[in-house]
Amino acid sequence: MTTTKLRILIAKPGLDGHDRGAKVIARALRDAGIEVIYTGLRQTPEMIAEAALQEDVDAIGLSILSGAHMALVPRVLELLKGQGQAGVPLLLGGIIPDEDIPELKRQGVTAIFGPGTTTDAVVAAFKQAVADAPPRS
Amino acid sequence: MTLVERIRAGDRLALARLLTQIENEDASGFSTLTELFPHTGRAHLIGITGAPGSGKSTLVNRLALELRRRTGATVAIVAVDPSSPFTGGALLGDRIRMRDLAGDQGVFIRSMASRGALGGLARTTAAVVDAFDAAGYGWVLIETVGAGQAEVEIARTAHTTVVIEAPSAGDDVQAIKAGILEAADVLVVNKADLPGADNAVRALQSALELAVNLRPVWDHHGRLETVEAASAEVAWTPPILKAVATQGEGIAELVDAIQAHGAHLLAGGGRQRRDRDRLRGEVLGLLGAYLLEAFLESRGQGDLEVAVDSVVSRRSSPRQAVESLLRARR
Repeated sequence: MTTTKLRILIAKPGLDGHDRGAKVIARALRDAGIEVIYTGLRQTPEMIAEAALQEDVDAIGLSILSGAHMALVPRVLELLKGQGQAGVPLLLGGIIPDEDIPELKRQGVTAIFGPGTTTDAVVAAFKQAVADAPPRS
Repeated sequence: MTLVERIRAGDRLALARLLTQIENEDASGFSTLTELFPHTGRAHLIGITGAPGSGKSTLVNRLALELRRRTGATVAIVAVDPSSPFTGGALLGDRIRMRDLAGDQGVFIRSMASRGALGGLARTTAAVVDAFDAAGYGWVLIETVGAGQAEVEIARTAHTTVVIEAPSAGDDVQAIKAGILEAADVLVVNKADLPGADNAVRALQSALELAVNLRPVWDHHGRLETVEAASAEVAWTPPILKAVATQGEGIAELVDAIQAHGAHLLAGGGRQRRDRDRLRGEVLGLLGAYLLEAFLESRGQGDLEVAVDSVVSRRSSPRQAVESLLRARR
């Protein structure tokens, strides 16, 4: 009788107001049979971490176009860790300069997508990230 | 600490994990819930239903704020959105309208996909509500899938059912035929700043005047089961309120009405009766599922397919096929 469904949180932290990309990703994940919790625009890191906890998601996708990723992403990772969710994979999409990618990955971001990525690649990356994630207590 | 102890002590991550196990109909989740069950029965369960776009999420957001402000009790929100019947995926967007609740540790929002269930709720919504109840949440708000005329499962799950209408949702014949109105304990005409709000209120009023005062109870398969309880329940006339949820207008009156209905249920014994109806429905539903499973297990899928074949080739009607399946069993 058990039916396991992937649950993924898609959120837009920070102040930029363009959520087209986030919606395209949310839609692609939904069409891949995944349950997507979409938070909408202008989320603080605290709101995102709290939503991830309440919804007990398998992975988190952040969309950032504003350039504030080096401030926002570490804060989300820190909050997740603080609430015992360090093992939940975090994926990032948007406008992320190449030189920031190594540091973001070092801090624990699983994958980073720029413009031109196909939705199939994003869906596959989410599924892989969940498969690779440590089992949860 | 065991999982049950952690949940009872207010560990939100432990609760969130349990909710996932329940949604997945995982055996360990159900056994935890069994341990928690003696602690249920305290929360006031409020159902919020209405057509898509009528403003359910926005109203729930405001309602939760007002309940927190006025009563101080904690609030859990179970927001159900539809699963795609084609892919099984779902886009759960109710949180978008609930940003005001972020940062309050006394509010817990959980989005649920309907996972193929009809009736406006998911199959495990009642169990998720039980988990919140046992975890000590004083109010549980249950927001249904955008519902129309027949999705009234919520009336059996909640103590108080709030039905939201938007202006120009149809003429007064729509108001009369809509089964959902009979499920309402409180009616809200939302978006009351739009033209047509007063007409909507009038249409609802006349529909209510025509309605016989009974509270139907649906069984697991959506059949009308009994109206016996209704006659014993002292009459409650659903108030019709106007609200502009985006502005927070009419929300205080809505909380007044919900509290009045809660007091009415307690005073007239309706609360126990509704609890009994709800739990009876749950027991019957599970009984049906278990019997079906046991039957198919004892007979194998083969007999079923043979019976279906005879129906497909029109050699027997569906009813005859079932009768012969049952006869062959003895």
